[in-house]
Amino acid sequence: MTMNNQGRPTSVENSGNSTRSGYPSYTGSRGLSQVEGLIYEIGDTSRTGVDFPEVEDFENRLGGMERTEEIGLAGLTEPEAMRHYTRLSRKNYAIDLGLYPLGSCTMKHNPRLNEKVVRLPGLSDIHPLQPISTTQGALDLIDTLAHWLKTLTGMPAVAMSPKAGAHGELCGLMTIRAALEAKGNPRSIVLAPESAHGTNPATATLCGYTVKPIPATKDGRVDLEAMKEALGPDVAAIMVTNPNTCGLFEREIIEIADAVHEIGGYFYCDGANFNAIVGKVRPGDLGVDAMHINLHKTFSTPHGGGGPGAGPVVLSEALAPYAPIPYVVAGDEEFELIEHDKSGKSFGRMTAFHGQMGMFVRALAYMMSHGADGLAKVAEDSVLNANYILASLKDVMSASFNGPCMHEALFDDRFLKDTGVSTLDFSKAMIDEGYHPMTMYFPLVVHGAMLIEPTESESKLSVDQFIGMMRHLVAAAKAGEKERFSGAPYNAPLRRLDETAAARNPVLRWTKPDQ
Amino acid sequence: MRYLPLSSDDRAEMLAKIGVKDIDDLFIDVPNHALLKGLVDLPLHMTEMEVEQNFAAFSDRNISAGSVPFFVGAGAYRHHVPAAVDYQIQRGEFLTAYTPYQPEISQGTLQALYEFQTQVAQITGMDVANASMYDGSTAAGEAALMARRITRKNKAIVSGNLHPQYIDVIKSATKYTEDVIVVSETTVNRAENLLELVDDDTNCVIVQYPDFFGNINDYSALADALHEKNKLLVIITTEIVALGAIKSPGEMGADIVVGEGQSIGNGLNYGGPYVGLFATKQKYVRQLPGRLCGQTTDADGKRGFVLTLSTREQHIRREKATSNICTNAGLCTLAFTIHMTLLGEAGYRQLAKINHAAAVKLASKLSKVKGVELLNDTFFNEFTVRLNKNAADVVEALVEQDIIAGLPVSRLYPDNKDLANDLLIAVTETTSEDDMDILVGELSEVLK
Repeated sequence: MTMNNQGRPTSVENSGNSTRSGYPSYTGSRGLSQVEGLIYEIGDTSRTGVDFPEVEDFENRLGGMERTEEIGLAGLTEPEAMRHYTRLSRKNYAIDLGLYPLGSCTMKHNPRLNEKVVRLPGLSDIHPLQPISTTQGALDLIDTLAHWLKTLTGMPAVAMSPKAGAHGELCGLMTIRAALEAKGNPRSIVLAPESAHGTNPATATLCGYTVKPIPATKDGRVDLEAMKEALGPDVAAIMVTNPNTCGLFEREIIEIADAVHEIGGYFYCDGANFNAIVGKVRPGDLGVDAMHINLHKTFSTPHGGGGPGAGPVVLSEALAPYAPIPYVVAGDEEFELIEHDKSGKSFGRMTAFHGQMGMFVRALAYMMSHGADGLAKVAEDSVLNANYILASLKDVMSASFNGPCMHEALFDDRFLKDTGVSTLDFSKAMIDEGYHPMTMYFPLVVHGAMLIEPTESESKLSVDQFIGMMRHLVAAAKAGEKERFSGAPYNAPLRRLDETAAARNPVLRWTKPDQ
Repeated sequence: MRYLPLSSDDRAEMLAKIGVKDIDDLFIDVPNHALLKGLVDLPLHMTEMEVEQNFAAFSDRNISAGSVPFFVGAGAYRHHVPAAVDYQIQRGEFLTAYTPYQPEISQGTLQALYEFQTQVAQITGMDVANASMYDGSTAAGEAALMARRITRKNKAIVSGNLHPQYIDVIKSATKYTEDVIVVSETTVNRAENLLELVDDDTNCVIVQYPDFFGNINDYSALADALHEKNKLLVIITTEIVALGAIKSPGEMGADIVVGEGQSIGNGLNYGGPYVGLFATKQKYVRQLPGRLCGQTTDADGKRGFVLTLSTREQHIRREKATSNICTNAGLCTLAFTIHMTLLGEAGYRQLAKINHAAAVKLASKLSKVKGVELLNDTFFNEFTVRLNKNAADVVEALVEQDIIAGLPVSRLYPDNKDLANDLLIAVTETTSEDDMDILVGELSEVLK
């Protein structure tokens, strides 16, 4: 063995099996993969990471309602808390760590400039109910973002307040219902394709509508003839995602719009996949009456482990009067914030205050950074990356539909036939290769769906590595390496988790062991 | 373009592999006339520095709360957030992760959610909490819908002392369902008799605690009376710091508790994003809206966490889901739980005490000002005063003196003339005694 002068070995001969030491770990940790307990196991109710001044005695005004029982909150000092959350963070996959091919989720790079500007005190430290004369810059910003959204979609109006995509859907459909009621009949049915996001039917139900599914054609699009047959005087609207959840552009989108308009209904477009066409196609030119835009997808506001989102809804001239309050009006001298409906037409209010300002700031910074030219490139590169993946994998995996696709490529599990490997197994094996799996088992219209959305944020090198990894796994599956898949993941912080047990006997909080 | 890694050579090579000549060949499914031939009419791309300059200009035209004596609350509160919170939520592993649908590589987010759910359940005094909602107001709407699902009755009685925008959100959330919302009369500082509005069709009574005007009411008797009639009590707290000082809604017998969690870990942000808290009793777990994180084990028997009971949710149940909600408040939830962990029980209680002490101090100073009448008998860190002048005019006059004096209640009750002179004033640990004295001094001048 090679040694330095002090006898310290400097080479790694005879270092044993490279994949696993085999020695049990005393701590449960393995190198940088560290086990971390709950705050309730490492902290206690007396410890704190915040220093406060003492308070002089005073006569309280709580009316005898003092809280006397122990709450049980565990505290940590700052070093303990930093270590706790830093250790937890390292158990997460993230865009910053690698390609995140979740179809329909648009996991693109989150520019740090946006995090910087959103923290400017004049944007972060302002109160939604402080005098409007003291927030003119904020209202200008909202109005500017509205202008960008209207211009990019070719729509005349936008409701800014919805807090997420599904909230935007609700806003759009409620606006439609209010408009129909104003005409004297809200109608009773909403049409939605089988491939729709689950939020579409759930939203329609909340608006008092019955959902009627529309089948897909063999090429993964809305069956126009079936849709026309379903249309009638009771149909309030059709909800169509475009590009759709199979990653395809609805070729007959204008015919769909015309048909629903002909019977006096409205065309709601789910804008979840707007990234594929931003700067290239304006939904307003396709006959759309309302469409929500997920700022956390197309305009890169961070997903943050599940939120917050923001879902402004662009609206046609006919629907605009029924939009929710509040909204910003650019007056001659200053911006006004309309918080009370004077026309009697608005359907109401989606949320307290004025919407997701923090997301507005980030989205506008993203838009300004890209500009009209950069945003069109975003659409082009995202579509290019997806088609490149489709072209590079279709000989070994089963593409569900003939291309080209838009910004996501859909495969199904036919290529796994007779391998004993499921879509779930395949996905978990991707984790062992250092990737987050793609969206699996959605959309519902193909068997064992794998929906891959690389986004424009990936370099060719990155996409090529992904393709190489996928081809390698396909070969392994076909070569009968079943265990590699059925037991995966082996190298994640945890092995596969028992979701059935979690649902059967829900344990949703920590409790003291003796309770 | 700094955010786009593909070079023109890359693009050409990739198009060749795909077998097309031009990028627009990939857009062939778009109806020809709808594919834009040029760019949309918006500015071209900007450098990082140019973008920063634009936002500095937006920012400079607002008066930030920290730059002046500041007294607005009404559902959003200016508290001090420890630096460690903002550092942690900007770690890429938290910031740039998606919803934890692949639990093996999302344990960071999931464990934090599990700890969050525990904290919320403890603070509200309830059995369980969900993994958060968009904000307090939308959570209030969901509470009304949940009460209907549980009782199968369709009428909710809403206190007129609930934040007016929350009332509007509840009305909108139930506008096209078969729910009936009855709002009691607003009563600034008199006790409401909500029970007399309850009838057979009622599913729940919804109250705010402390209420919109800052009053602290004991709802224990109301809870008992409602339970006797098989009705539910929903308690909403918009200033979650209050529960470090006053009895929890759970102790009073609440069935569903809704909270706005912004005060902990999150800035004012002009109204969003915030974090909705939602807690209930164990027996109603399967009627909860939104995401839930639960404990389980992995294939090696190690403890781990997953999103669970998803059969309630839209992506499985579609039109039969308990709610159409998909997103939660993710990162704001994380900020909440980190801040709460740093506080711990000792810090949380001390924070509440400091807030209350400051409010008591300002209330006592203001009570001595001619033309100011304190309307509250009880309050936590927010109270209502009646002025001898129109409150909106007074607030505008004080803006000229670089003071943001509070919320003229009329902004949210434009049609209630009785409230025209009422000013809602909030005080937190960030309010200094100097701030108070400046307010008292200038207010005395204006009210002369």
